[in-house]
Parts: sequence; structure tokens; C-alpha cells
Amino acid sequence: MQADTQPLLSVRDLVIEFTTENGVVRAADGISFDVHENETLGIVGESGCGKTVTGLSILGLIPSPPGRVAGGSIRFMGRELVGLPDSEMRNIRGRDISMIFQEPMTALNPVFTVGNQMTDVLRRHRGLTRRQARDAAIEMLAKVGIPVPAKRIDEYPHQLSGGMRQRVMIAMALSCDPKLLIADEPTTALDVTTQAQVLEQIAGLQSEFKMAVVLITHDLGIVAETCRRAIVMYCGRIVENAAIERLFEAPRHPYAKGLLESIPRLRRERLDELPIIPGRVPNLLHLPPGCRFAARCPRADALCREQSPALVPAGPHGDFIACHHPHPGQQAEPAA
Amino acid sequence: MSGRDQIPLLDVRNLTKYFAVRGGLLRRVVAQVRAVDGVSLSIGKGRTYGLVGESGCGKSTLGRAILRLHEPTSGEVLLDGHDILKLRRSELIDRRRRMQVIFQDPFASLSPRRTVAQIIREPLDVHRIGTAAEREERVIALLDDVGMGAEIRDRYPHEFSGGQRQRIGIARALALEPDFIVADEPVSALDVSVQSQVLNLIAGLKKTRGIAFLFISHDLAVIQHVSDEIGVMYLGRLVEHALVDDLYAAPKHPYTKALMSAIPIPDPKTKRSRIILKGDVPSPMNPPSGCPFHTRCPDVMEICRSVVPATINVGRKDLPHHVSCHLYS
Ligand SMILES: Nc1ncnc2c1ncn2[C@@H]1O[C@H](COP(=O)(O)OP(=O)(O)OP(=O)(O)O)[C@@H](O)[C@H]1O
Ligand code: SF4
Ligand SMILES: [Mg+2]
Repeated sequence: MQADTQPLLSVRDLVIEFTTENGVVRAADGISFDVHENETLGIVGESGCGKTVTGLSILGLIPSPPGRVAGGSIRFMGRELVGLPDSEMRNIRGRDISMIFQEPMTALNPVFTVGNQMTDVLRRHRGLTRRQARDAAIEMLAKVGIPVPAKRIDEYPHQLSGGMRQRVMIAMALSCDPKLLIADEPTTALDVTTQAQVLEQIAGLQSEFKMAVVLITHDLGIVAETCRRAIVMYCGRIVENAAIERLFEAPRHPYAKGLLESIPRLRRERLDELPIIPGRVPNLLHLPPGCRFAARCPRADALCREQSPALVPAGPHGDFIACHHPHPGQQAEPAA
Repeated sequence: MSGRDQIPLLDVRNLTKYFAVRGGLLRRVVAQVRAVDGVSLSIGKGRTYGLVGESGCGKSTLGRAILRLHEPTSGEVLLDGHDILKLRRSELIDRRRRMQVIFQDPFASLSPRRTVAQIIREPLDVHRIGTAAEREERVIALLDDVGMGAEIRDRYPHEFSGGQRQRIGIARALALEPDFIVADEPVSALDVSVQSQVLNLIAGLKKTRGIAFLFISHDLAVIQHVSDEIGVMYLGRLVEHALVDDLYAAPKHPYTKALMSAIPIPDPKTKRSRIILKGDVPSPMNPPSGCPFHTRCPDVMEICRSVVPATINVGRKDLPHHVSCHLYS
């Protein structure tokens, strides 16, 4: 949240709730972050921590009911998106902000050809003729590495391999030159060798199209390799927001540190035992009163169990942290 | 393999598993999927053989074919020197006591209507082992072995998290004191923060009980941690096999090299060159001629397109490093 440039996207105190059989779940609880132009911001965390709902809320896609944005603000290029009528949101979606999903089949319509779906978007948002739209679509398919795009464009999604579908979805998402791309686990369903192809493609397209990317993933390796800054989420909250080098070198939040240490990774020397985070993620319906990580945290004390730590600025470089007893940064900072 | 002279616990020879694909009105066999295509491997007592490869390469089918959960098309599976593929079903049930399986999805593999104790006790009931009281005692001991308390014995699977369910599945697999377990992606459905807990549990079992594992995973980091030796599979075949440290220090097969270079490394300071493969994995219904990897191989030569490479040992006689690639023949 730098003050010098106006951020492209500014999320403040976002609260997303779902009504379930067993009660109201706060899937995102007080989420605040900024995304600047051309920046790649990572959102990492474990299953169910609220990454996807945060991404969906930016596009006004929280399914309602059972969900709703229960508070906070989402400003995109200075314009408030929370509460925007659906007709206006539709104009922004696909043109200014696009999203790609983990499972391409959820975004592709199985009964239409690739070409039908792509030209539809292009004609609606860019006002192209049928012919122009088809040419633009073929060009875009070629850009994302689809071989023989003039032939593939007339195929149905089920005729394509998983990697190819993912690329088609990327082509669709980028066809209107969006300013912001939200990529939710874009490679999780793919094999590592295909993942490498797709990630390279996204990085190449990002610099070509000069767009900002919010990359949602549970894979810390992907974050390290593609993002400039990342947010770590736990149980619906942001626990740390830091520049990539700092986050990986000296994570300050005990959860971020534990996560980085415990993930299985290639090692030069094999360990007898992997470091672990004890216990498990609490249920969102039965959250503890204080810090949500307290039951698993080696630094927790009485204060942590009583009072939830707020997300506050940490250091001069736009980092944030939510912890009563964070680990010292690279240089120990004087106690406040 | 340590000690070529002694009989390995498990010796798989030239195993194949083809699935028939039927089509048309008459449901005739129109094609064969060569899911496992001539795989040979052996696993010593108490050793862990890591099997790695991408989705659809035949890893799970191989694991199931070894246990005869899928009936193999041809080949041999020797347990202590005896071919279990020749056993009648009734004999097989008895032999299966020694061979167990842990599945990827702890949610689907545990019966929802049974309590934890019933689930863990079932194999003991089936094989009529011990008295009722002894079985009860055993259940408690098994729960303790996987780090869970006796107080959960009357609860149902849906009350537990993925990691806890996987522990229950492991306790069940241990009930008959097997000496061989196929673990098929046992941690890939788990949250990252509990994966390491379960990996440590499995590594500990191997150490304390001398159980041999075929550990199947698509994740090279996970495989590295648990395995003694590793086999890399591509399109139904083993393309490389070596001791774990040899494989990671000096991978030989171009596919193994690409696979390793593709893993994102959680350290922003390591910049390395990545081998980006072209195209997708071909269909196992219509595998390429010659080397199965030749359509994507960055080092492809003319011979690769037509001749299947033989498996050769590029390591030492006592520390073999097997590779199937024309670059080495
Ligand atoms: N339609 C819904 N109805 C009820 N609860 C929901 C709904 N969608 C999401 N939730 C809840 O909101 C919380 C956050 O979910 P979300 O999908 O954002 O997690 P995530 O971080 O994306 O996880 P994953 O890594 O598994 O994709 C979860 O507890 C989830 O169960
Ligand atoms: S606030 Fe306390 S319990 Fe929470 S992460 Fe920080 S030290 Fe641990
Ligand atoms: Mg998600």
C-alpha cells in the first residue's frame, strides 16, 4: 500500500460471508491489500483459507445466496465495485478484469466451440465484426501456444487436452486486453511439465499486455518464481503481506515461517524428519477468540489467545503483518 | 537393490496391463490402452521404492496390478519368490494379508457408516484374527501407532480432517502387519501443513516395522523424502531407475531432467534454466513408435523415432542406475 502511486486495485476491510446449514461462515474477514499496475501479487494459503472467494469478490462473482460481501470496499481504478449493479459489473468483467480458474471446464461452455465462445466476448466488449473477431481469436490462440489455431478454433472443449483447455481459457481471458487478471490456481490441475509451459506463457503475456496479475495458489514454489509480492492467508485473514525476497528469506509471521519450513521440497541433504506445523486448521464455524493460529503457534501466549492481532504496517517497504509476537525482520527492528 | 544374491521381497517382471476400449453398436474392442507396458522392478524387505510420473502415466495401474486389484494382462509378480498371479482367488486372499494399500483420497476410501474402530478392525474380523477382546486391544494400539487417541474409536470418518482420515486409513492398513504396502498418492489430497506430518508417520513405520513400500506420487519433493530408490514412469514404461541420491544428483533420462527442472522452487534467489517440453503427453491408446518420449524430447535423434531403447545399467553393478534412452546405448 504505497502512497506514491495510485493503486490499480485497492481492497479494504473486505468481509465475505456464507450462510450454511450450521451457521454463518466468514470466508474472508477483514482483507486489505493493494495491487499496482503491471504487478504480480501472489495470494497463498491452504485449502479453505479464503483465496478463491477473495478473487471472486473482485469480479462480483460471489454466489448469492448463500454468499454476500458483508462489508468493506473494493476500488478498481478509483471506482467502487462493491454494490455496483450487475449490468455495470458485466461490462468490467472480461474487459477490464478477467479471471482464469483451476478447472477450465467450469469456465468453458461444453456445447459451444472454442471459436464461438471467444468471438462472443470479443464482439461484446470490443465491438468487432464476426470476421474480425474470428481473426483476433485465432491470433490470440496462437499467442498462447495452441498449435494449428485455425483448426483448433472450431473444436469443442472436450476435444482438447487439459493443458490446451487451460491455454484456451487464458486466451479468452486476455482477448480484451484486461488491466487486471485474476488467476486462481491456473496450473494446479496440470502436470508439472505442462505447468511450466503455462506459467511461462502467463509471464510472457503479462509483460506483453502490461497487465497486473493476482495469482492465487497454494504452491509456494510458484509464488517464489512468479510474484513480486505475496499475501499469506490463514483462516479467512491475511497474516502477512511482504515483498517476495523478504518473505522467503525471513518470514515474520509464525504461520508463514512454519509453512515455508514444512512444505516438502527438493533438498540437497535428505532430512530424517520433515519439520511440521502441529495440529490442524480450525473450522471456520468454531474459531478461537484470539489469534486463529494460536493453538498451533510456538510463540503464542495469553495475549494471543485473547486478542486477535490486527493487520498493521511493518517496516518502510509496504509490508504488513498480523501477529502479536512476530519474528524479527532481516535487521531486528527497534521495539515499538 | 542391496544384495543381488538374496531374493527380493517383491519382484515384478515384465508386467503389462492393457485396458480394452470398446466402441460402436456392438461394443467391440476398438483399441487397447497400454496403461502398463512391460515394467520390471524389485523391492527389498523394508525398502521404499518411489514411483514418480505425471498423471495418466500408469503409476496407479501398476500399483493396483501388483496387488491384483486390476488383473494384469501378462507378466509375473513374485512375492518371496512365489508368483501371486498364479494363485487362485481363495489363496490370494490369504496372501493379501501381507500386502496392503493406502489410497490418495482418505474421504472416499473409508466407509462413512462405520465407526473408526469398526473400520480398523475389519481386516482382523475378515481374517478371524484373535478374540474379540484382542481385536479391541489391537485397534487401540494401532490408533496409538498413528498418533491418535483411543477416545476417537466410536466416531465416524466425516468428523475428521483429511490428515486424520489418512491416519485412520494407515492404521487399517497396518492391522494385519503387512510387509508390503502400496501407498498411492497418500498425501496429495492433504493440506500442505499436514502433508509433512503424514510423511513423517510413513517414514517412521518403515523404520520401526521394516515395512516395504511402493510409494506412488507425482511430486518429486515428496518422493525424495520417503524413498530409497526411485523409478520414473512415462507412458506405461519405466524410463529411469536409481538410488534416490543418484537420481537427484545426476538424472540421466531427458524426461527425468525436464521433470526436475519443471518443479517450482520455493526460493526466489535460485534462478535456473528450465527445460520447457513441447506439446502434451501422447495418448496411451496410441503411443508413439520407438521411444515413447521421442515426440517431446529435446535431444531426439533419428533412431529414437523407430527403435524402442533397451534398458541399460549406466551405474555400478552393485549400485545400478537404469535408463532407457538411446543417448546412453
Ligand atoms: N458457495 C459456498 N457456500 C458455502 N461456503 C462456501 C462457499 N464457497 C466457499 N465457501 C467457504 O468459504 C471458505 C473459503 O473458501 P475458498 O474457496 O475461498 O478457499 P480457498 O482458499 O480458495 O481454498 P482452496 O485452496 O481449496 O481452493 C471455505 O470455508 C469454504 O467452505
Ligand atoms: S499472534 Fe500470537 S499466536 Fe498468533 S501468530 Fe502471532 S505469536 Fe502466534
Ligand atoms: Mg480456491
